[in-house]
Amino acid sequence: MLRELFSSDIMVHAFTGGAIVAVVAGAVGYFVVLRAQAFAAEAFTDIGFAGATGAALLGVASFAGMIVFSLLAAAGLGIIGNRARGRDVEIGMVLSFALGLGVLFLSIYSRTSASHAMSGINILFGSILTISSNDILLALGSCATALAALALLHRPLLFASVDPAGAEARGVPVRAISAAFLAIVALTTAGCVLLVGVLLAASLLIAPAAAAVNLTNRPGQAIALSMATAVGVTWCGLVLTFTGTIRHLPAGFYISALAALVYGASLVLRKRLRRVRVFEYPHGDRETG
Amino acid sequence: MSLEPVSQRTQPVFLRNVRFGFGGRVIQDEMTFTIEDGEFVAVLGPNGAGKTTLLKLLLGLIRCEAGEVMVFGRKPRRGNSGIGYAPQFRTLDANFAVRARDLVGFGLDGHRFGPGFPSRKRRKLIDEVLEEVHATEYAEASVGELSGGERQRLSLAQVLIANPGLVLLDEPLTNLDIAGAQEIITLVSRLCASRKVAVMLVTHDINPLLPHVDRVLYLANGRCAIGPPQTVITRETLSVLYNHPVEVVEAMGKKFVLGVET
Repeated sequence: MLRELFSSDIMVHAFTGGAIVAVVAGAVGYFVVLRAQAFAAEAFTDIGFAGATGAALLGVASFAGMIVFSLLAAAGLGIIGNRARGRDVEIGMVLSFALGLGVLFLSIYSRTSASHAMSGINILFGSILTISSNDILLALGSCATALAALALLHRPLLFASVDPAGAEARGVPVRAISAAFLAIVALTTAGCVLLVGVLLAASLLIAPAAAAVNLTNRPGQAIALSMATAVGVTWCGLVLTFTGTIRHLPAGFYISALAALVYGASLVLRKRLRRVRVFEYPHGDRETG
Repeated sequence: MSLEPVSQRTQPVFLRNVRFGFGGRVIQDEMTFTIEDGEFVAVLGPNGAGKTTLLKLLLGLIRCEAGEVMVFGRKPRRGNSGIGYAPQFRTLDANFAVRARDLVGFGLDGHRFGPGFPSRKRRKLIDEVLEEVHATEYAEASVGELSGGERQRLSLAQVLIANPGLVLLDEPLTNLDIAGAQEIITLVSRLCASRKVAVMLVTHDINPLLPHVDRVLYLANGRCAIGPPQTVITRETLSVLYNHPVEVVEAMGKKFVLGVET
């Protein structure tokens, strides 16, 4: 049955596009989780929605609109300052305003024709089944850029994420790193939209990474695990979409449901892992204080 | 107040007639002292006397308003790898996501850009410095599982792995119990001797440090005094410094400064 599945172009596109996005979302997501920026990442997806619908209205590729809008937002957040941690109020404001703009653009746009209304839905919930080779190239471009930037920055980024005062003392440009990371998140969420849509991008960006962080305390291992989980969840979701008994349930549903499931399982496993670790610890000669 | 005439000024720290401030207010004026290789100096003084600001001056994070500052014979500059600095307020985020050895590794190459792959040499360097601060047994543990004293050792290891000639420790003893503080002090004092590294340690309580430090730098009231503890922490010196009668009481081998906020 799987061979039959891969004989169609649609499927090949969906699997390759999905893998590209998932690999990058898994890696970038690790840092999003470490920096407790899940909410900021969520905001980026909504800003991307406004960008995409705005671009559609102007007759420009929605992907380009997303990237422009979310890069602008990254610059804005970078200026507001430090790592956007604990900035729930500002982020919440920007998020809801961006969503409002998106709704405005979408309503104007979808009045013109029914197919336009459909493309609005695709932006929100993903359009993995109608993904074209052009889309794949776009996603590949933005994701490869994000991944390359991440490879360049990962050491100071990890340092600044875990131990900001120590990083500052060692001469790491903490604020610049923070802004650069937001730009990486912007590129990644733009890629996610092709696959699962703006509303579900968080399921690829956050759940696999959060699960990986629950399971290991080695950064390299966690990133690899997060990437593998993201790809696994995406591919399983796609297989279910095409072969499930109730056919044509949206891929976004399966992917987000699997992601939540994996995270839930990691919570259960974490309890066991930590319990074992604590018991192994030689308590006798440890000082406390 | 000891002040030797200096010829080459290549000491870890050299200050002459330095004035610095914070937010438009002068905190210290006419500050003059030097610190030699391998010297262990405690920095004391009430809140707001400029202890942390002095460290920032040496790190090149702020500039002095007058006078001359030299660190190893050069003007202070940001990102000086000759200085190891452990800041006071250290919040470690995502505690369970990194191991003790990762935190120490940050000190080695955490500021470097580029891909960077783990190597056997890197691992060996980290193992060695973990051994040096007696942290080998919890090298693989998550940072979140460790006690305050254990984290303080990692902080020290993170600084030492870059092989600095001058180490600045800002209040490393806060939040440690007496035994924990004692262990850190013994460790620092030993490292000072074995590595010939100069250490400036900011503290509120000089007593646990008394048997170990070479000199005390006491900041108060816009001025400073430096010298061995028995000459600085006296009624005469501190009364002049505070411009206010101060009493130093010795009891149970400890010194207590009375009459001012310390």
